[in-house]
Order: sequence, then C-alpha cells, then structure tokens
Amino acid sequence: MRISVQSEDFELAQVLKGFGKAPNTGATVSFTGLVRDDTGTLDHMEIEHYPGMCEAAITKIAEEAGTRWSLTDCLVIHRYGQLRPGDQIMMVATAARHRVEAFEAAEYLMDYLKSRAPFWKKEVTREGADWVAAKEADEDALKRW
Amino acid sequence: MKIEVLYFAWVRERIGEPRETVETDAATVMDLVEELKSREERYDLAFSDLKSLRVALDQELMEFDSPLEGVREVAFFPPMTGG
Repeated sequence: MRISVQSEDFELAQVLKGFGKAPNTGATVSFTGLVRDDTGTLDHMEIEHYPGMCEAAITKIAEEAGTRWSLTDCLVIHRYGQLRPGDQIMMVATAARHRVEAFEAAEYLMDYLKSRAPFWKKEVTREGADWVAAKEADEDALKRW
Repeated sequence: MKIEVLYFAWVRERIGEPRETVETDAATVMDLVEELKSREERYDLAFSDLKSLRVALDQELMEFDSPLEGVREVAFFPPMTGG
C-alpha cells in the first residue's frame, strides 16, 4: 500500500511501474482525477489540506478497502496547492485477484476520498474566488457501501 | 488545559488565522465553541451554523458533543471536498 499527499505532479506510467506485481494479482484498475473547467472561466483551483490527518484518513480508507476486497495492492496519491484546468488532482489504483474487486475497491476509495479525506477546493475565476460546496450526492454515495 | 485549535477553508478565513493555542476548561467541543463565540465576533461568524461544520479531535472526525478530556488538537472545517 502506498499513500502520498503531495504538491508535485505525478507521472502515471512511472507510478504504476511495479504496482500490483504480486503473483496472485489478476487485475489492476487505476483512476485519475483532473481539474475540470465547466464554464471556461476557471483560472485555477486551490486545494487546502490538513497535513497529518489527510494521511491518517486515507490510510484508514485504503485499509478498509484492502480488507473488504482482499486487495493485493493499493495506491492513493492526492495533490494539494494551486492547480490549473487539466492538471491531475489525484489518483487511486487497486490490484486484486479479479476485476470486479479491483473496480469496486477503486470506486469505494473515490467515494470516501471525496467526503472523508480532509481536503477543501477553492475555485478561482476571473469573477472571484469561491469554496466548492460539498454535494449531497457525494454523501449519499457512501450509503451504497 | 491548553488546546491547539486549527481552522481550515472558509472557517480559517472567517477566523482570520489558521491555528491558535487556546487556554480553556471546556468539557466538550460544544462548550469550546460557545466559549470562543463569546470572545469575539469573528468566532460568532465562523460558528454561526454548526450543521455546516465538521470537527476533528486529534485528527479524527468526531461530534460536537464529544468530550475534550485528553485532546491536544481540535480542528474545525466545512464538509470535505476531496477527490
């Protein structure tokens, strides 16, 4: 398991090199989240985080996923700081014996990272800056697990 | 007791600082919130709607009625928006 909370960008191919190499692994899934600009007005996004609690919270989430889906490997990278449209914000990767476990565990990680890892997004546009409000749908997404 | 109090996102902006050391005898998080609110208006502004706030004690999510005994670090912040 690897958890990293960092400001630097990451290179997908390099990160996944050596991931899920345990012989009982039959499937790996990776997901990458990017900074989206829906209206064409976004200058950048500021991601604030709670150092220490971020790592602790993500580790707990990843450990839970690892147990539920018998993962053979698990990786989470989440960035903080100033990010521009198109930049990579975060990624998760899961490795399991079968694809269903790998896909489900990746979705579980994503759902929990959204509302249980202490990050806060602020969108800075030409008109001004605003904190992104948490969506009820994100909270509801946890109920299916 | 001395407690480190941390603020994040718009809570930090309303309070005007990211952290402070607070000398308090508050028994619960709620007591601490009431104590801070009575000190200055900016706390009143930050803590006006507790439903829109979350609290962590020693870096673990807890409730507003949680006891503060033995706690070293309290953090207040809006619902998280990671991912």
